[in-house]
Amino acid sequence: MGLIEKAKILDKTAMDKALVRIAHEILEKNKGIGDLAVIGIKNRGEYLARRIAEHIKRIGGAGVPVGALDITLYRDDLTQVAEQPVVKGTDIEFDISGKCVILVDDVLFTGRTIRCALSELIDFGRPKNIQLAVLVDRGHRELPIRADYVGKNVPTSLDEAVEVKLEEVDKVDEVLICQK
Amino acid sequence: MPKINWTRKDLLGLEDLSKEEIELILDTAENFKEVSEREVKKVPALRGKTVVNLFFESSTRTKTSFELAAKRLSADVLSIAMQASSLSKGETFKDTAKNIEAMKIDIIIMRHAASGAPHMLSKSVAASVINAGDGSHEHPTQGLLDMFTMRQKKGKIQGLKVSIVGDITHSRVARSNIWGLTKLGAHVTVCGPRTLIPAGIEKLGVRITYNIHEAIKDADVINILRIQNERQQKGLFPSIREYVNRFGINRDVLKGAKKDLIIMHPGPINRGVELTPEVADGPSSVILEQVTNGIAVRMAALYLIAGRREQ
Repeated sequence: MGLIEKAKILDKTAMDKALVRIAHEILEKNKGIGDLAVIGIKNRGEYLARRIAEHIKRIGGAGVPVGALDITLYRDDLTQVAEQPVVKGTDIEFDISGKCVILVDDVLFTGRTIRCALSELIDFGRPKNIQLAVLVDRGHRELPIRADYVGKNVPTSLDEAVEVKLEEVDKVDEVLICQK
Repeated sequence: MPKINWTRKDLLGLEDLSKEEIELILDTAENFKEVSEREVKKVPALRGKTVVNLFFESSTRTKTSFELAAKRLSADVLSIAMQASSLSKGETFKDTAKNIEAMKIDIIIMRHAASGAPHMLSKSVAASVINAGDGSHEHPTQGLLDMFTMRQKKGKIQGLKVSIVGDITHSRVARSNIWGLTKLGAHVTVCGPRTLIPAGIEKLGVRITYNIHEAIKDADVINILRIQNERQQKGLFPSIREYVNRFGINRDVLKGAKKDLIIMHPGPINRGVELTPEVADGPSSVILEQVTNGIAVRMAALYLIAGRREQ
């Protein structure tokens, strides 16, 4: 779609390091595994959530429940975006009530996706708390939302796009900044 | 899978739809099933939209299903039951249309005894129209939920052998099934008394048989239609008993069937007429799953139409 690559801000090694660090921070802040659950926002947040959960299991010694959230039906711009959003389905097979839910997404931008995700999560139950982990924070918030865990802070301009590529979907792990 | 956008204002029948459009609805419905499994069975996708159920003919299942589908998408729903007898078409239709326009309604779901009535309405209103059954013409969402259930049970529609048994002539369900299934590559057989199979139906790409054993042999799916007792007055078959003897589905008739055959019926069931209770409630029956799937399919149709893109 006419995107010109400007810079690679994370490669595979850097991405792995960032996710491991996020897993450590989550365990430190929550003082162990306890009531943790990790829920990723589809599409790419789901894969990042699974990776973070694996690191938590390796470091903390026990598994945590993992889920995937599709926020399509909670969007506030259903008829405004050019392409009709595809409904992908939410997949949370555990009760989130009383859990410390780590919400995971690839890029934090306006905050509107997170707003949708929070509304949807709360319809699923009453978690003890919700914390936010993102691989990249690119700024330009339009809502009072911030991340608890950030892989990399990247100042961007509005005519740039941040492209996160993951092996699971894109056959390569990297984050690019592109010119629109 | 190439992604396509839904661009139509209305859903009037499966005859007009492309294979890709049918698949878009079925794929979308796949992901709506889960919403009805949640504790809070509601998502805000259609918040602020107004949906009107305009039923000129009686219905329990379809009306309830559309109502629940719309409510689970957070739309505001109004159900109006109209007595067909108090209406003369044409004049009243225009009036109805104007009133609906004036109330700023987004989607009209309509059932009418006259074939083509929703098509007529759709031309005179800006609101979207979904056909919930028009005469003996089409019942697109029933056709879609039947295909959705077949795909769920059999993995795919392509190459599936589907037999539709009963009163084909008067059945809008049969027509929507035939249009949809043939577009998706199924092999469709229709079976029933000669008087209830319309002349020229083979032009739609279906095989005809008047022998129930022929229809059952090799079939992956049997879709059984309701025999309406009122048809008997027309003398299209000698008696209900004779129909039961020749076309009724019971355990004995099914002895020659494939082991994994599934039995479908759009409802309401006439137990002991078109099928026996032991078949209706038996292990091959997916009749109640059809009802569950109906909500997901109707949610998908409402969602796609409400969020349609201009071409």
